Amino acid sequence: MSAGPDMKALDELLKGLWDENPVFVQVLGMCPVLAVTNSAVNALAMGGATFFVLMASSLLVSMVRKWVPKAVRISTFIVIIATFVTVADMLLAAWVPDVHKELGAFISLIVVNCLILGRQEAFASRNPIKPALMDAAGMGLGFTFALFLLGASREVLGNGTFFGIDLFGPQFEPWVVMILPPGGFLMLGMILLFFNWMQAKKQARRAAAEGVA
Amino acid sequence: MSATESPATPTSQGAATAAANEPGSLRLALTLGFAGLLSGLILVLVYQFTLPIIEANRALALKRAVLQVVPGAVSMQKLGGDGATLAPIGEDEKATVFAAFDDQGAFKGFAITGEGAGFQDTIQLIYGFDPAKKQVVGLRVLESRETPGLGDKIIKDQGFVGQFDDLAVEPTPVVVKAGEGGGAHQVDAITGATISSKAVVKIMNTAHGAWAGKLPPAAALKAPGGAP
Repeated sequence: MSAGPDMKALDELLKGLWDENPVFVQVLGMCPVLAVTNSAVNALAMGGATFFVLMASSLLVSMVRKWVPKAVRISTFIVIIATFVTVADMLLAAWVPDVHKELGAFISLIVVNCLILGRQEAFASRNPIKPALMDAAGMGLGFTFALFLLGASREVLGNGTFFGIDLFGPQFEPWVVMILPPGGFLMLGMILLFFNWMQAKKQARRAAAEGVA
Repeated sequence: MSATESPATPTSQGAATAAANEPGSLRLALTLGFAGLLSGLILVLVYQFTLPIIEANRALALKRAVLQVVPGAVSMQKLGGDGATLAPIGEDEKATVFAAFDDQGAFKGFAITGEGAGFQDTIQLIYGFDPAKKQVVGLRVLESRETPGLGDKIIKDQGFVGQFDDLAVEPTPVVVKAGEGGGAHQVDAITGATISSKAVVKIMNTAHGAWAGKLPPAAALKAPGGAP
């Protein structure tokens, strides 16, 4: 009994990180994924802002889920999400003005990130607070992880730097296309390829194990 | 109130039981109203909290920008006042025109801020002006929400921004198609961001038109803080 709920909570957290990763498996929220992952710092800031919005909205949505009538639930969720996005926008502007400038309009666009509304509708509005928070944390971390992976690899290849620190010296000819929009598609494609290959391998192994049994 | 549109009215067979559980429109309105109220409350609190920090950041960024757009400048003096020519004003007052000085305390040029409509939202910029050379000597965009990847090149494209390092102000600067200009007062537009490029030059020209006549002579200006 003691291990049961904890294991389940951990599952909620882990599924967002890997098995149901919002970017690599669900392929949600592609607009920020492609647009702001041209450097590791931008990717982390965007991931962090999304994580915050996801956590705060999930908490509130889960708290009020019994009182919000079905007919207006989407509008209520959007009001809640938009509020926290604006909060995130103001906090970023106050604490990290340079990053805020760099991300520009994309912070406000978190409102329409389908990942966030999707989690409210599919999970937070149907579950108690604790699993809702675990789910949000998993999805938020999974999203941040994916953004960081893209941002870091694009920055290294396209600019020869990592968090702004020069890696290869002056001889390195940066692969500029990687920090431009096409580089986002290229890198995302390669990572998706890898994820799908892993998934296929996993399934093949499972099928083989069942065949033996 | 339209009583006929009450949600309790059964609209199809079998809907009667569902309709009984359906909340009235007053409840729907109340829910949304409450959500809006709560949202407003949170936003006001966070706004109050972040405003002083954001303004301090802006002031710092503005100060840095003043020293950037006037090459060689290390200190500055805010200018303002209602007179026909601008006079030095206090450190804490809001200013749109600044006088910049080098490390010897010698006058290097003016930095002038301006704002106007861009492609998406207001663009705020600052440019350096050297009255001796009658040239714009540098320009930075302070705030804008131009299209990422296209319009935001007015900030990031060094080829575009660099054109303002030595731009004649007589005759009035104009935007030309990329590669078709070359004149001392001509600015090549960014391909794909013509409107943003034109907006930058227009804002600069408007600001210059408003302030150029009021700039005090260089001899009347002294570096702040009694620099040597």
